[in-house]
Amino acid sequence: MSDTKKLVTDPIFDNNPIALQILGICSALAVTTSMNTALLMSLALTVVTAFSSMVISSLRNHIPSSIRIIVQMVVIASLVIIADQLMKAFAYSTAKSLSVFVGLIITNCIVMGRAEGFAMSNPPVASFWDGIGNGLGYSAMLLALAFIRELFGAGSLFGIELLTPVSDGGWYQPNGMLLLPPSAFFLIGLIIWGLRTWKPAQVEEAEFSIDESRAKSPEAH
Amino acid sequence: MDGLATLFIRAIFIENLALSFFLGMCTFIAISKKIEAALGLGIAVIVVQAITLPVNNLILNGLLKPGALSWMGIDADLTFLGLISYIGVIAAMVQILEMFLDRFVPALYATLGVFLPLITVNCAILGGSLFMVERDYTFAESVTYGISSGIGWAMAIVALAGVREKLKYADVPEGLRGLGITFITVGLMSLGFMAFSGVQL
Repeated sequence: MSDTKKLVTDPIFDNNPIALQILGICSALAVTTSMNTALLMSLALTVVTAFSSMVISSLRNHIPSSIRIIVQMVVIASLVIIADQLMKAFAYSTAKSLSVFVGLIITNCIVMGRAEGFAMSNPPVASFWDGIGNGLGYSAMLLALAFIRELFGAGSLFGIELLTPVSDGGWYQPNGMLLLPPSAFFLIGLIIWGLRTWKPAQVEEAEFSIDESRAKSPEAH
Repeated sequence: MDGLATLFIRAIFIENLALSFFLGMCTFIAISKKIEAALGLGIAVIVVQAITLPVNNLILNGLLKPGALSWMGIDADLTFLGLISYIGVIAAMVQILEMFLDRFVPALYATLGVFLPLITVNCAILGGSLFMVERDYTFAESVTYGISSGIGWAMAIVALAGVREKLKYADVPEGLRGLGITFITVGLMSLGFMAFSGVQL
């Protein structure tokens, strides 16, 4: 049982798909301007990752390795179509504002990455939990981003106004910059910085380092 | 003709796939350490984008749209099959291109070969096709959009690789090293590209 727990919790902080494995970044940036879209997107991705990992893992002994990418794609695409149809049926307006990004779950590297990297060599149940764990790691990052961006960018959470903006006679001057694309990059960069300061094991090796003996006495050279 | 030229410039600068829609970010960040690699990948993206977009456009209009199959006496709306057909086309195109290059242009295959499999999972390609569907492009528009959005993406990744090649000599704080500083750099580039949105076409 502890294995299951490890599979689920590990990807949240220690091996976060976005912050460490560089997977699934596209949608993380694009759908985080409001909590609603971020929540729906995380839910869809977690479900798709979990089930695609499970299906691919149960098929793993029957897939010839030369066509495995296409087989994985078909499995993932079918699941995404189901998710897409469900969203259109039950959360139409939010699904509309997600625009092309629901379809892009197909090429979300997390789904492919887990299918290729974990599900192809592990039994179905473990793959399912691994999918859930990675989905949650992605969701954690997405919701953190959306929280900051919506609260400070628009003064609301889930569309409910918390900080009344100046334009409505309130006191809060919304930081519109946070709703624009560049701020998403800055925020992810800063979150990664925070995460790596907290867990120094994730720090990358420097390609070049400063020669200490010279750095201390710049006039020497 | 005027509309197409506008679309061309718009897709490269104002609606840059990488910097304003965040598409293809995974490969964008992963393969931008060296200019040569970035250039190779960029060219591969242009080629694949220019082929798959028009093909997907034909599939959408000829097979999937409501009433497209009426000549066969079938009246069905197959647009829900869109996603699976587009990704199928992309995967197949990449495979065909790989075999074609291997057989006829081995020199190009040697440089582009390693990047081709990466392209199947590049969201910029599928994203381009989905934008084509959402915006209801005609065939001519989809050809233009395919080429220009590919160029835009390629330009962005080459520019980022140029910055990163210099950046590796910089003394970056420990936690920010590697991925962190790359994100901040991309953010600054994206900020720069936003200046183009003021351009009136």
